[in-house]
Amino acid sequence: MRTLLKLTWVEIKLFVREPITMVFTFALPIIFLFVMGGVFGNTPDPSVYRGVGAIDYYVPAYFGLVICAIGVVALPVHLTGYRERGVLRRLRASSISIWALLGSQLLVSFIIAVLGSILVTVLAIAVYGVDLAQSPGLLALAFVIATLSFSAVGFLLGAVLPSTRAAQGIGLILFFVMLILGGAGPPPEVLTGAMQIIGDITPLRWVILVLQDPWLGFGWAGQASLIVVGILLAATALSARFFRWE
Amino acid sequence: MPPIITVQNLRKTYGPTVAVDDISFEVAEGEIFGLLGPNGAGKTTTVECLQALRQPDSGEIRVLGLDPRRQARELRKLIGSQLQESALPDRIRVWEALDLFASVTPRALDWRMLLEQWGLAAKRRSSFSSLSGGQRQRLFIALALVNNPKVVFLDEMTTGLDPAARRVAWDLIRAIRDNGTTVVLVTHFMDEAEKLCDRVAVVDKGKIIAADAPQGLIVQHAGEVRVIFTTDVADIAWLEAVPRVDRVERKGLMVEVRGSGPVIAYVAAALVGHGIIPGDLRVEQPTLEDVFLKLTGHSAGD
Repeated sequence: MRTLLKLTWVEIKLFVREPITMVFTFALPIIFLFVMGGVFGNTPDPSVYRGVGAIDYYVPAYFGLVICAIGVVALPVHLTGYRERGVLRRLRASSISIWALLGSQLLVSFIIAVLGSILVTVLAIAVYGVDLAQSPGLLALAFVIATLSFSAVGFLLGAVLPSTRAAQGIGLILFFVMLILGGAGPPPEVLTGAMQIIGDITPLRWVILVLQDPWLGFGWAGQASLIVVGILLAATALSARFFRWE
Repeated sequence: MPPIITVQNLRKTYGPTVAVDDISFEVAEGEIFGLLGPNGAGKTTTVECLQALRQPDSGEIRVLGLDPRRQARELRKLIGSQLQESALPDRIRVWEALDLFASVTPRALDWRMLLEQWGLAAKRRSSFSSLSGGQRQRLFIALALVNNPKVVFLDEMTTGLDPAARRVAWDLIRAIRDNGTTVVLVTHFMDEAEKLCDRVAVVDKGKIIAADAPQGLIVQHAGEVRVIFTTDVADIAWLEAVPRVDRVERKGLMVEVRGSGPVIAYVAAALVGHGIIPGDLRVEQPTLEDVFLKLTGHSAGD
């Protein structure tokens, strides 16, 4: 337990010292918030943005984007780097267990996701005066399953990708595809044909719905939450199968 | 005293490559035990099996009474490891790494003291990536010791250290041994094994070909001592009759006498008796390098 907490604290510091992941988890969602908010404003239009204002739509969507950046950019690069450079070997030899390692990564993911989302919320309130979550309890639950699910995807990518370079390349492609087609870019209603289909198979699409519904007061996104939990279970099972220390 | 480590008929292959063919040895509590051999001899694989980092194909291992195959977790808490080819995250600071590795056991040492001992106090807040090769190596040794292990495994610990730092490291390792920690040292440096180890096992091609105290190995396998001096006296054939002398060779003014044991004393006395007082009389003792050459037919660098 002491090791888990120490490792978590060290990992938080390492995360904050890594400029690339800081840009993707903190800076990018905020830049998008201001670009989208500046362009589309917050006047509801029944044909797009699920019938709510663009800014109300994007605030929970960018919680999802923060979580997505942790899962597909930060975690895979971090874990492949650890394996490639022998850090995993070093930790194992010093009896730091796989559970302490994965537990600390989960805690770090959660803490960073919360901090990133708070930053998005505070700026959205300060600049655009948006309303807070309509159902805070459900939002918290949605936040937990979304973070667990994307962390599991991150563990899986970290387990199967052969190198840090591969993790950087594939992680960034996944991130931008999800950003543009998964509901954090143009409103999903305007996507056509293939774009919509690709959007629908990205985990971010469903994570955003799970986060948006309690935020906007639409209740609980039942179908989307089942998909998110399904991704969590599948990715967990696969990463347990493919994880290697070296 | 029962041995603290026993290895019987250890074997480990990687596909068609036999890394460890058949290795058996014992390490007594409180000694510095060296595995000496060229790169690829199977030393690292052997100690990785002892540290529960690799599964042997066959053979019996006990470290502190534990079986690394089945009791890896208990074992890792009691041993210290300095590994080849491992690293820390680039941006972790020196003190953070020590503090983290100390947290695995309540028996841990005060890492501030280790920082002082290993000359890293000034680097306390430096990131791992900013350390020089020698500083990294010293940090890895400190990390291997921070959990106050009963046995510490050091794999090529002085690689990357400058000569002065090597000597400091040797003194510190002796101090660790004197405090009761057993040290298993993997090295390809002959001088390191000779000066530091209480006992050495010479490993070549996955087997131990000799094991003894360094001096014992030298006496047993490379007993020949060379006494060298120069003189302009022409007739020195009488040297052949001096006790302990085996052979006398003359190359110009230089004379090389080969013999065994205390041959230097007999030769010196005989020279003085014949009125020859060479200013450059010197003796060349055989080293582990000679033992290695004799036993394997190739030098450690090959």
